[in-house]
Amino acid sequence: MIEVNDLSKRYGEKLAVDSLSFAVRPGVVTGFLGPNGAGKSTTMRVIMGLDRPTSGQVRVNGRSYAQLKAPLREIGALLEAKAIHPGRPAYHHLLSLAASNGIGKGRVLDVIDMVGLSEVARKRAGGFSLGMGQRLGIASALLGDPRIVMLDEPVNGLDPEGVLWIRNLLKSLAGQGRTVFVSSHLMSEMALIAEDLIVIGRGRLLAAGPIADFIARASSRGVRVRSPQAAGLRALLLGEGVTVTNAEPGVLEVTGLDPARIGERAAAAGLVLHELSPREASLEEAFMELTRDAVEYHATTDALATAGRTNR
Amino acid sequence: MSTTTLTRPAGDPRVTPSRVLRMEWIKFWSLRSTIFTLAITALLTIGIGSLISGLVGSGDGGPGQNDFGDPASISLAGAMLAALATAALGVLMSTGEYASGMIRATLAAVPARLPVLWAKATVFAAVSFVLMLGTSLVAFLAGQAILSSRGFDSVTLADPGVFRAVVGAAVYLTGAGLIGLAVGALLRNTAGAITTVVGALFVLPGLVQLLPASWGDTISPYLPSNAAGSFMAVEATSPSLSAWSGLAVFAGYVAVLLAGAAVLLKRRDA
Repeated sequence: MIEVNDLSKRYGEKLAVDSLSFAVRPGVVTGFLGPNGAGKSTTMRVIMGLDRPTSGQVRVNGRSYAQLKAPLREIGALLEAKAIHPGRPAYHHLLSLAASNGIGKGRVLDVIDMVGLSEVARKRAGGFSLGMGQRLGIASALLGDPRIVMLDEPVNGLDPEGVLWIRNLLKSLAGQGRTVFVSSHLMSEMALIAEDLIVIGRGRLLAAGPIADFIARASSRGVRVRSPQAAGLRALLLGEGVTVTNAEPGVLEVTGLDPARIGERAAAAGLVLHELSPREASLEEAFMELTRDAVEYHATTDALATAGRTNR
Repeated sequence: MSTTTLTRPAGDPRVTPSRVLRMEWIKFWSLRSTIFTLAITALLTIGIGSLISGLVGSGDGGPGQNDFGDPASISLAGAMLAALATAALGVLMSTGEYASGMIRATLAAVPARLPVLWAKATVFAAVSFVLMLGTSLVAFLAGQAILSSRGFDSVTLADPGVFRAVVGAAVYLTGAGLIGLAVGALLRNTAGAITTVVGALFVLPGLVQLLPASWGDTISPYLPSNAAGSFMAVEATSPSLSAWSGLAVFAGYVAVLLAGAAVLLKRRDA
């Protein structure tokens, strides 16, 4: 269980985290989502006791981080990939961290095996790829067999096999009843692994709750209708509160009517339908809509389009 | 990958000072650069001491036979330069963690933070003092053997002040490393910390000599390397502190810098 209570963190002029409150519950994967610069990493550093909050507090298993007697056994974190001295073998890196919390050598070998680094554990970490660095970071997060696992952008730099491995690992950790808190700036990744979502932008909480609620609440939904008699159908459906757009020949995008009503009216009029599908806003669209005003670094599409043209 | 192999680690779940010491001990010996640097320090101390013992008094411009009063200091002269290497090693023990981001893993494992600094200082001081004491003994014995084989006066460890000077060289080499460790923790930047330490230990004494003599003579004995020089010499050359005052001043520098590093380590964001 992680509880963040009215947390603010200021670096000089910049308010990185602004009155943020949320709780992360055990047993599910909770996604921590926000555009780059939203304050995700800062929040995680405060949770780990690395940065001091300007105001507010954080509780890890009911206590402040500094009060944890053996923190690695309570919360394991991956905050940055390759946060390891390049000259030190992976094995000794883990062994030294384990030693501080009274964790034995056997466990070090177990986690090395678990993340698939057994063959390179005695090699100096400076030669590791980003993906191997991520695996090593995850090994160190799991060292103390903690009840809370917190990972900052764990899939960055991983190959598809590694991404799949992380997804399964996180789900199984949550399945064991642990609290799993994972940040990402990629909604699509969260959609695959998270049950709960916490979305922030410019340091403020934008949304929190089950991912399904989040999709339902965000953005408008429409129904896609394909019919050889599109023109007739269009006239039939139009009415108060209903908009129908003709996306392409034979295809209508209808908002304001649910698929059942559309189907009934078409049947009553004897019109043929080839497709009738509710179009849910994708998570990515929902996320973009939610964070539109909170994106730290805006790139205008005009500028991008211009750049694209000149490159061609 | 199988997470069903997750096993609860055995043992008493608590961070203790001795466990933090073990962490730093493992970190210290698992870097090749540590071992290289210690070897270089020993080579410089013994090599330069032997070289000077073999060259001193030769040539027309040099002092006449038996004109130099402190044969022990001649054989230990290498320690002054070798302190560069231990100071750099100390700096890297601190800044290496900041450069790589390892410090965040370390402080997450030991949230009280200060035990990390004390453990680093203890591991460094213990290892360095033992190795450097052996090194300065070898440098001393080799230097005296060379001097006496060339027909110059030599001294033994039993002569007054000689044993203190030999131990003093090990103290200086270790203290220089601790100064490096503290400055590294204060500045958190390798280049800045090495420049600062080299400036304070090696450049400042030269600069102070450019001051008017009355000022220079007052300030000079209190500079860290000159204070150390007073307990590394059998006979003090004026202007200089007595051996024990010199040791007290030198220890004071180490203590103040470590205390400053401790305050900032506790206060700053990692």
